Amino acid sequence: MTTTPDTATETPDFTATEIMTVAASRLLKDGTVCFVGIGLPSTAANLARLTHAPDVVLIYESGPIGAKPTVLPLSIGDGDLALTADTVVSTPEIFRYWLQGGRIDVGFLGAAQVDRFANINTTVIGPYDAPKVRLPGAGGAPEIAAQAKEVFIVLKQSRKAFVDKLSFVTSAGFLDGGDAREKAGITGGGPTAVITDLGILTPDPVTRELTLTSIHPGVTVEQVKEATGWDLKVSPNLTTTAIPDAAALAALRDLQARTAAAHGQSAGGGEG
Amino acid sequence: MAQITPLREAVASLVHDGDTVALEGFTHLIPHAAGHEIIRQGRRGLTLVRMTPDLIYDQLIGMGCADKLIFSWGGNPGVGSLHRFRDAVEGEWPHKLAIEEHSHAGMANAYVAGASNLPFALLRGYTGSDLPKVNPNIRFIECPFTGEKLAAIPSVRPDVTVIHAQKADRRGNVLLWGILGVQKEAVLAAKRSIVTVEEVVDDLEAPTNACVLPTWALSAVCPVPGGAYPSYAQGYSERDNRFYKAWDPVARSRETFRDWMQRHVLDTDDFDGFRRVLAESMKEAV
Repeated sequence: MTTTPDTATETPDFTATEIMTVAASRLLKDGTVCFVGIGLPSTAANLARLTHAPDVVLIYESGPIGAKPTVLPLSIGDGDLALTADTVVSTPEIFRYWLQGGRIDVGFLGAAQVDRFANINTTVIGPYDAPKVRLPGAGGAPEIAAQAKEVFIVLKQSRKAFVDKLSFVTSAGFLDGGDAREKAGITGGGPTAVITDLGILTPDPVTRELTLTSIHPGVTVEQVKEATGWDLKVSPNLTTTAIPDAAALAALRDLQARTAAAHGQSAGGGEG
Repeated sequence: MAQITPLREAVASLVHDGDTVALEGFTHLIPHAAGHEIIRQGRRGLTLVRMTPDLIYDQLIGMGCADKLIFSWGGNPGVGSLHRFRDAVEGEWPHKLAIEEHSHAGMANAYVAGASNLPFALLRGYTGSDLPKVNPNIRFIECPFTGEKLAAIPSVRPDVTVIHAQKADRRGNVLLWGILGVQKEAVLAAKRSIVTVEEVVDDLEAPTNACVLPTWALSAVCPVPGGAYPSYAQGYSERDNRFYKAWDPVARSRETFRDWMQRHVLDTDDFDGFRRVLAESMKEAV
């Protein structure tokens, strides 16, 4: 959509979470078959469906295929997902026929922590046998991350989340970088974008190290580096993320207001 | 043939100390009432199995029923941590909990293998993950035809599987619909099974390809209307998201947890009693 000077002046302010969600949703092309994680990925994927990608196919690990929820699900198995789906299959079928069967274009994941090669930790912080923090665990992510044709990861950026060394690799990104992922025999293409509240990181084509390639308006490179637990590489062709257009923002806020009314919670969507 | 029997009797006769027990349900149709009955009857030394342990497993673990948990995602969906599960892992309270941790794909395949009477499940999985480093039950084998490296994990074969469903007929045939998770596989993988149902009807009126578990494949069917609460049964009830949120502060401390369990579960006779006391305490909270 071309922004006319008129609508530009009318563009409302947006929060860091909103630009993250809108930027993540824009990456999802119409007609894509997307395996959706709960929380931020589900918000972004449904926003895509309600705006530029009406024919995106959303698959949830609990069984719904082609879910078109009217409000954001609080959990991965909300009734609305089943009632609005093209079909609901069993969980084994989801993982065996649809994911392992090679039918997923995009795996859309959240994470507690990532490292510079977009490996994901959702298991423990600290030693496995005596954890400082016990996290929920793997869920569907290890096989989604390995078998989807590509993977988007969405999470807020901070030193706690973007760490130099993960306590535990739950789901593989590019492992030690370079061609380590291919050498390990992983079939899917791996992460192509990590979308945060500060910018977008994409893997270097050769080293596969996450590089800041787009920065959200109003954010400084210093800020992003400060929120990263390693010496973050910045692309020489760094671009500024397009501001969320008014239609996308309105659709997002509308979706979150409907969700809040349905679940009796503050707007913002539930983390899973 | 399944016996249509009160839940208390089914748990007394079919769930024993030391058993491997799967109470399955994927957000939908979680058998909370049966979990409470296991707590009331004071079962000990259980190996609990579930893809997505949530509040009822938090309660079973916090009450000391379990020695081991086999799982792939343990949390309070949409809310956060399971504090009793975390305290068992991080603080060994009320005692040490052994864990065997998988991915969803691994667990789902392990149930399918169990239902198929196979010793192990085979999948393309776990590659690049640290899970095989901490779980010796995740191993890799070579495909005899292509040489591809594939993951192998032992079948899940519970002594007892417990699920909740919408309807049974008077002979004990069970119909369930909506999000089905791994419930069918979990029942067929188990030696014994208990199904709590919303209602018992004359005729299931099941469409041809519906998910019907025949009475001769089940041990007990127990009418417990609302028995999935705070989970839900599609067509009968909605998920009570308020309860999931309210559980978080209750489970944060050992004391509030114990008091809550005493009042709502140990001091009540059955699930109807639990729902009555819960309604009272929710009113007090307002």
